[in-house]
Amino acid sequence: MQIKTIDGLNIVKEKYLPLVKQRLGHSNGIGISQVMVCSGTSCISGESQDVRRELERELERRNLQNSVQVIKTGCFGFCQHGPIVMIHPGEHFYCRVKPQDVKKLVETHLVNSQVVEELQYQNKSEKVNNIEDIHFFKAQKRIVLQNCGVIDPEEIGEYIARDGYYALADIILNKKPAEIIDRIKKSGLRGRGGAGFPTGRKWEMAAMQEANPKYILCNADEGDPGAFMDRSILEGDPHSILEAMTVAGYCIGAAQGYIYIRAEYPVAVERLEIAIDQAREYGLLGKNLFDADFDFDIDLRFGAGAFVCGEETALLHSVMGQRGEPHPRPPYPAQEGLWGKPTLISNVETYANVPVILRRGWEWYSGQGSATSKGSKVFSLAGKINNTGLIEVPMGTSLRTIIFDIGGGIANGKNFKAVQTGGPSGGCIPAKYLDLPIDYESLKEIGSMMGSGGMIVMDEDNCMVDIARFYVEFTQDESCGRCTPCRVGTKRLLEILKRITEGKGEMEDLELLEELAYDIRDASLCGLGQTAPNPVISTLRYFRGEYVAHIRDKICPAGVCKALLDYTIDEAKCAACGLCVKACAAGAISGAKGEPYRIDPDKCIRCAACVAKCPKDAISKGIRKEAANIAERGVQPGAGSREERAAL
Amino acid sequence: MQKEEYNPGPVVEKKGQLYDHDHCNHPGKDVEKIKLTIDGREVEAEKGMNILEAARQAGIEIPSLCYLRHINEVGSCRVCLVEVEIKGAKTLQASCVYPVSEGLVVHTSSPRVRRVRKTMVELLLSDHHRECTTCIRNLNCELQNLADNLGIRNIKYTGEMKPLPIQSENPFIIRDYNKCIKCRRCEAICSKVQEVNVYSALNRGFDTVIAPAFMQDLSAVACITCGQCVIACPTASLTEKECVESVWEALEDPDKYVVVQTAPSIQVTLGEVFGFEVGTVVTGKLVAALRRLGFDKVFATDFSADLTIMEEAHELLERLDGHGKLPLLSSCSPGWVKYAEHFYPEFLENLSTCKSPHEMFGALTKTYFAAKEGLDPKKIVVVAIMPCTAKKFEASRPEMGTDNFKDVDWVLTTRELARMIRQAGINFHDLPDKEYDTPMGIASGAGAIFGSTGGVIEAAVRTAHYLTTGQEMDLLDYEELRGFSGIKEVFVELKGRKIKVAVAHGTGNAKKIMERLKAGEKFDYVEIMACPGGCVGGGGQPIFGTREHKEISLDYRHNRADALDRIDFSKELRRAHENPAVQKIYEEFLHHPLSDVSKKLLHTYYTPRGREPGLHLGGIKGGHVGHVKENMPGRDTGRMIQDKVAPK
Repeated sequence: MQIKTIDGLNIVKEKYLPLVKQRLGHSNGIGISQVMVCSGTSCISGESQDVRRELERELERRNLQNSVQVIKTGCFGFCQHGPIVMIHPGEHFYCRVKPQDVKKLVETHLVNSQVVEELQYQNKSEKVNNIEDIHFFKAQKRIVLQNCGVIDPEEIGEYIARDGYYALADIILNKKPAEIIDRIKKSGLRGRGGAGFPTGRKWEMAAMQEANPKYILCNADEGDPGAFMDRSILEGDPHSILEAMTVAGYCIGAAQGYIYIRAEYPVAVERLEIAIDQAREYGLLGKNLFDADFDFDIDLRFGAGAFVCGEETALLHSVMGQRGEPHPRPPYPAQEGLWGKPTLISNVETYANVPVILRRGWEWYSGQGSATSKGSKVFSLAGKINNTGLIEVPMGTSLRTIIFDIGGGIANGKNFKAVQTGGPSGGCIPAKYLDLPIDYESLKEIGSMMGSGGMIVMDEDNCMVDIARFYVEFTQDESCGRCTPCRVGTKRLLEILKRITEGKGEMEDLELLEELAYDIRDASLCGLGQTAPNPVISTLRYFRGEYVAHIRDKICPAGVCKALLDYTIDEAKCAACGLCVKACAAGAISGAKGEPYRIDPDKCIRCAACVAKCPKDAISKGIRKEAANIAERGVQPGAGSREERAAL
Repeated sequence: MQKEEYNPGPVVEKKGQLYDHDHCNHPGKDVEKIKLTIDGREVEAEKGMNILEAARQAGIEIPSLCYLRHINEVGSCRVCLVEVEIKGAKTLQASCVYPVSEGLVVHTSSPRVRRVRKTMVELLLSDHHRECTTCIRNLNCELQNLADNLGIRNIKYTGEMKPLPIQSENPFIIRDYNKCIKCRRCEAICSKVQEVNVYSALNRGFDTVIAPAFMQDLSAVACITCGQCVIACPTASLTEKECVESVWEALEDPDKYVVVQTAPSIQVTLGEVFGFEVGTVVTGKLVAALRRLGFDKVFATDFSADLTIMEEAHELLERLDGHGKLPLLSSCSPGWVKYAEHFYPEFLENLSTCKSPHEMFGALTKTYFAAKEGLDPKKIVVVAIMPCTAKKFEASRPEMGTDNFKDVDWVLTTRELARMIRQAGINFHDLPDKEYDTPMGIASGAGAIFGSTGGVIEAAVRTAHYLTTGQEMDLLDYEELRGFSGIKEVFVELKGRKIKVAVAHGTGNAKKIMERLKAGEKFDYVEIMACPGGCVGGGGQPIFGTREHKEISLDYRHNRADALDRIDFSKELRRAHENPAVQKIYEEFLHHPLSDVSKKLLHTYYTPRGREPGLHLGGIKGGHVGHVKENMPGRDTGRMIQDKVAPK
């Protein structure tokens, strides 16, 4: 079926609206129940698809398939407690649903209309039935993610039922490109890929170019470790991206769009492929959209996972089949992009904002967020936090709200130490800035950046020197190798950091580290190199004491850096069973049955195998010197572990 | 000569310029002038220029490393960083890629610029094998020179240096990866000028290397051995394979009779190494130096160039009579021959079967000259002083010789000869002028102009015209064929018809001509030189690492070529067929051009090699894939090549 008019959209909308409406809380008696099964990557890896299939089987067995529909949907964001299942009417929210729970769920909830208590989320002490009552969702405002968890991303009709493609139809049928660009400009939308360039200005720049053809490019190469905002949008609401790209194509005069997506996102790729096919089938992509003299089509291009390909000029090379290496700007991609032609390139989340702005008006949108940063921002919360997951908050929300309200605070009752925003290019923000309203400017001011929206929370068990080392190791690994500061400079930076974490640092290294970090920032060719030293610069700024402890006192206050740790056996607890000797591959433990055992620190490789074997918990990890003298310098000692670090 | 029919085609008429660049300003066009401030001085520049060029034009020197004007403008090395005031903030920008604009304010030597610049070079040095005293580029190295200019006395950042291979499995070019600074100049010249595309970046980050596919040796890839990468390399990462020691050994061996021949262009380039102006003719000193080095005979390749012309002119006339394929493609540039073998095997039958002059010379020395002097050919060592690394490869081809001897035993580049002269303690300046030995040192001016682009065809046409009409032509008529346009085309009257001849230099231009041939365009005779400018721009010519050469300019190639023209004009003998020594050799030994003897000694055959020889055909270590002696074509056996080439 080819849709050519608004009426055409209406016909589709009418068909799907009742179902969709019910999911939004309208219990208007359509006489069926709907079971929404989260089908985002995170829940899929928690067997949500087995749950779905099991649900279908069970319903068929009980002959309920006509009164209960099972529907795939996008990410709810509550990944920590996945797989998520939501049942309508009533918006009943179930967490950690396993295939073996399905029988009970059907029996109790769908047949007997009782709530399955053990699958409910527990807010502190009370059980919560409704999504509205869960803390995690309360402080959020879903603008970009409004369809995630609501619609079936594999059904274009449901997107249309949520007023999808109406903006596109209206624009093609009734509006001039300049009008739309003006609206985007006025909305105050800024690029969500990191730098925050005003999107409307970018569109205008691309529209102004005289060269033809032009291209629309969507950057879905989400490379930050621990970030999955774009993936979730593409998995949960792929049509919003297609619509936004088509609008952009109409505005700047492009007929072809590409989505550059990581091949490691198989679910997102599949959903996009389905969405593109459906849009073509409905005539919403292809020739003469809405019978106007406007063609637009979208193809996928796959990335092989290089971090640098998220940098726009490197991405251009990769799309063209060349090695992903950046080139200097100017010329900007809007002037000379793909095959030397003007190319509008934006990130997934930026595009996802466009249909919302057009639907609800720029006036409404510019009322959201902070003075300089409008709208909302999607973050992926990770690290030492109770609720890891995907969240969306208005710009200007404080870190405290995000971490302690939405995120539920630090796991295991530990103390908050820092939060890292912006991925490997961002900085570590200490506790004193927890109440800062965050937007592009404020984050930059305190030495970090918005980045694409990764947010990693660290507690007292994280060593900040080790964190800096970890990120520089990542950027060094991912450097394309073209420019000197990034190729060689980050390597030397890493070597200095390694030296410090191994207890071989000198006080002069601090100066060297700082100097080199600033030179790399100033001299690098592209964003990757320019931001690579941020973790070092910010930790030096806020956690200098930890560096000094590593260098001068040869202590890792957090107890992370292996070379600065000792494992000791508490003779009082030791049962002298000898199990630790058997576990030790390095032969570092000596002693005899009946006598207390000892660990030779020179032979010990700090693998902690003995700790795991000891039945008496007599072996503990300790910093090499007493913590007392460091505490004076305001550094919190702790007992971080490798396992927790690996979670990063 | 029919001037009215002269069709310039896609000729680039820019002096000193090999290629047509969209971004560069062509003189003669009205170019918008721009005023900017550099270091407090108001400076005028042309729109489209980069800061680096604008500054240099104004006499302000900005150091650079990766920059090669119009060839490598990528801003990789970050050595040319300058401070640019953008919106009140001073940012560091690579001046080689930052375009000038009206009112721009630039600081090229502020404390911050100097510090960061120094850091960049220190970082490069920290990953560079600094064995300067024993390095082949000692005192002639751009990196060394830069470190000196910036006053680097110690390297703050030291660390890992990856032990990388030194690849020298081929007879022409050594690749020492440990000295590579990743400026990518080799890659740029190979892909943009020569369009052979041997090099690309492999791996990422600190592990990045610029290498042939899979880091194979150059002998295993479609390298044409032209050595332009050696000329482009700022350090000793790419150098010719030296054979100075072997030549010394031969000279010291009392049993050996060592004959040396000098290519035409050596007379005009050797002087540069000893401080003479570019374009100084030093023939007499060259001969004197070689005598002092102890060579038994000092001959000129110009002599055998005359012979080549006799053979090739007759071959042309035969082909014009319908015996053999047209167009006739010249074969005296071994880089071009290998290029054709790799990329245009379907045209191998069109290649002239003439060996290149130095190989003809070697074959005659070990037959004709040996017999005349009563020498045992096995005791004769032929040393060729060539402007060329490809000739090293050519000399190693098994078809270049008979069962008893190799035509040429050792090929020395201009640079190697200069080193020998220094090693022998010869004061080049004070040498008296000496004459070449007879008979193989007698040459016409036609032989001399072999050394620059257009020379071969001009010389051959001079002779062919005489052969057909018995009259000499006005020499000046051929001027269109000289000069440095990338491709030149002209009509010449020969055998009562107008024949279309073309000249191309640089294999990038060769590719253009070959593609036109493929598309069906008709030519009769095409001269192709692998190196830009012909032999005067050869890969074995002097390199100036310490002079302020910021580009591989064609200017000095012009001067060298003009010098060759002066040699030509200064000669009484201007045409090959007038050379009495050549006449005598036909009389006494070869009988006539294309005789059985000359076919055996002076002609050769070619081998299709494929684009990925190392991968598909099993050829390794300089092995010659598919050589079968029986394929040696006589007049009519070109078909055998055809059989090999034709797709099965």
